[in-house]
Amino acid sequence: MTQQELMQDPKYQKFMVRNRVNKVALFLSIGAMVFGLIWLVWILYETLVLGFAGLSWATLVQDTPNPGEEGGGLANAIFGSLLMVSVATFIGTPIGIMAGIYLAEYNPKGTLSVVTRFVNDILLSAPSIVIGLFVYNMLLFAHFKAFSGWAGSIALALIVIPVVIRTTENMLALVPPGLREAAYALGTPKWKVILSITLRSAQAGVVTGILLAVARISGETAPLLLTALSNQFWSTDMSSPMASLPVTIFKFAMSPHENWQQLAWAGVFLITVAVLGLNILARTITSPKS
Amino acid sequence: MSISSTSTQPASLDSVLMSNKKDRFMSPPPAPRATRYGTFFDKAFGFLAFISVCVTLTVLFGILISLIVGAWPAINHFGLGFLTSMVWDPVKEEFGGLVMIYGTIATSVIALLVAVPVSFGIAIFLTELSPAWLKRPLGTAIELLAAIPSIVYGMWGLLVFSPILATYVQLPLQKLLKGVPLLGPLVSGPPVGIGILSAGVILAIMIIPFISSVIRDVFEVTPPLLKESAYGLGATTWEVVSKVVLPYTKAGVVGGIMLGLGRALGETMAVTFVIGNINQLTSISLFSAANSITSVLASEFAEASEGLHKASLIYLGLVLFFITFVVLSLSKFMLAQLRKSEGTKS
Repeated sequence: MTQQELMQDPKYQKFMVRNRVNKVALFLSIGAMVFGLIWLVWILYETLVLGFAGLSWATLVQDTPNPGEEGGGLANAIFGSLLMVSVATFIGTPIGIMAGIYLAEYNPKGTLSVVTRFVNDILLSAPSIVIGLFVYNMLLFAHFKAFSGWAGSIALALIVIPVVIRTTENMLALVPPGLREAAYALGTPKWKVILSITLRSAQAGVVTGILLAVARISGETAPLLLTALSNQFWSTDMSSPMASLPVTIFKFAMSPHENWQQLAWAGVFLITVAVLGLNILARTITSPKS
Repeated sequence: MSISSTSTQPASLDSVLMSNKKDRFMSPPPAPRATRYGTFFDKAFGFLAFISVCVTLTVLFGILISLIVGAWPAINHFGLGFLTSMVWDPVKEEFGGLVMIYGTIATSVIALLVAVPVSFGIAIFLTELSPAWLKRPLGTAIELLAAIPSIVYGMWGLLVFSPILATYVQLPLQKLLKGVPLLGPLVSGPPVGIGILSAGVILAIMIIPFISSVIRDVFEVTPPLLKESAYGLGATTWEVVSKVVLPYTKAGVVGGIMLGLGRALGETMAVTFVIGNINQLTSISLFSAANSITSVLASEFAEASEGLHKASLIYLGLVLFFITFVVLSLSKFMLAQLRKSEGTKS
């Protein structure tokens, strides 16, 4: 009887409705999580199985074969990718972090910062292929050799910068002002406060940002299509066209030659394993100490 | 520095003591060396930061100017009619970009429709529901989706996903909606699975980690006190998220969605693999092969002849840049509105 009274109490009914809404929402949330994970497992499974089948020792030590030729590998493309991604990261990361510091620490509310933030958001979403077009056009104006490894590195660096700026600024802004004030009160100069206090407490976030940037440029194909192009042979000359793993995969995957398609899958395997491995490694290194 | 300071300290201390003996009240305190040292670095450091900002600004204007200059022959020749023309004929040198513009916008809209609710759900799961020991592994797993290079999505999409989409989604839908006025044509076409929907879904998977990790990060900076007071008043988890956490973090949430949209609009390789690369728009079907601005640039730019063809492609690049510019300005505007209503600095 009391139960029935309770059921008819409008407050209790409202409570039941709220409860039900909550349950539905949380169930959908779990569903979303599962949805995301299914894609990850599916993509990784297919790539790793199909890619591993095409992999052999020759893939790592031999250069790309001619069309229709048997055998061969991806050594020149792997080297080209490593070289261009490292150069791009070394160029892009310091600029990104310094600009992020300027925005968060030096001039958070100034006009220059407002404009830069706006510009950075646009660069962040600027399609990578447009960045490739930009570098291509710039080299055309400057009458440089049209396609080169340097051009590829610069295009990739331009993709790194906005990602690093945004994460650095966001992470620095999350550092509680009390930390800074405490350091200033001890007489610490500003550069030292930034480097040893704020940047340090935002370290994990900044590193994650750099990792996202590196992960992004490692698989970046579009800008390289317009800047570094490709090279069939082993080349360490950054001022000539340079092969890269993604561009080679693209070229090979779209071709009718079976050997090339096999190599493309092997390349996909390598690039996936390398990028994911790097990611997981970096995460374990930078995991919070708490 | 530590070595020099220990070696000089006794000497300076001595001199201070000596001077104290001579006139103990007149001697000034030793000058604070660290501060002078600091101001130099301070200035240099600040200058470096300033230069970095200038580099960023220069890049954007460089892109804009270089695209306009590169596209000038096409702009001059076709004018704004380029945007409404559906012809793309390299042989007759007749170019119009409507097909690619439609392809870009349609795929990105589909991607957002799928990715935003899913990302939101993932963020709620990771911040409110997940047991503590699962938080890191699951968060990392979702972020790994972002680490997978786009070319991998492309190959997987073309060879694995598209055939499945055709068999298990398109064919049943075609049977179900046969003869229905608006929805019927939307799923028509040969069941190969390559086309706008396929590209949109793959874009959605690609942007989920970007959006969800930003939303999760901003959810986690919500002060626990706010959440705890809401829980203390008897709010359910959903109410805490939708009425406390979300209002507190909405600027960040919009920022995350913006990040995803930008990624979707500009994504090239995955789309190039699965969109079909056909420069015609014959039906409104979600399954019809099409082309996006990025995919036409990737597949045609290297082989395009100098002159009108290349200029038209750069024109398309300019249009794409313009679209992203407009989208971002709009979201910036929304962001400003949200910040205003927020009242506090987040």
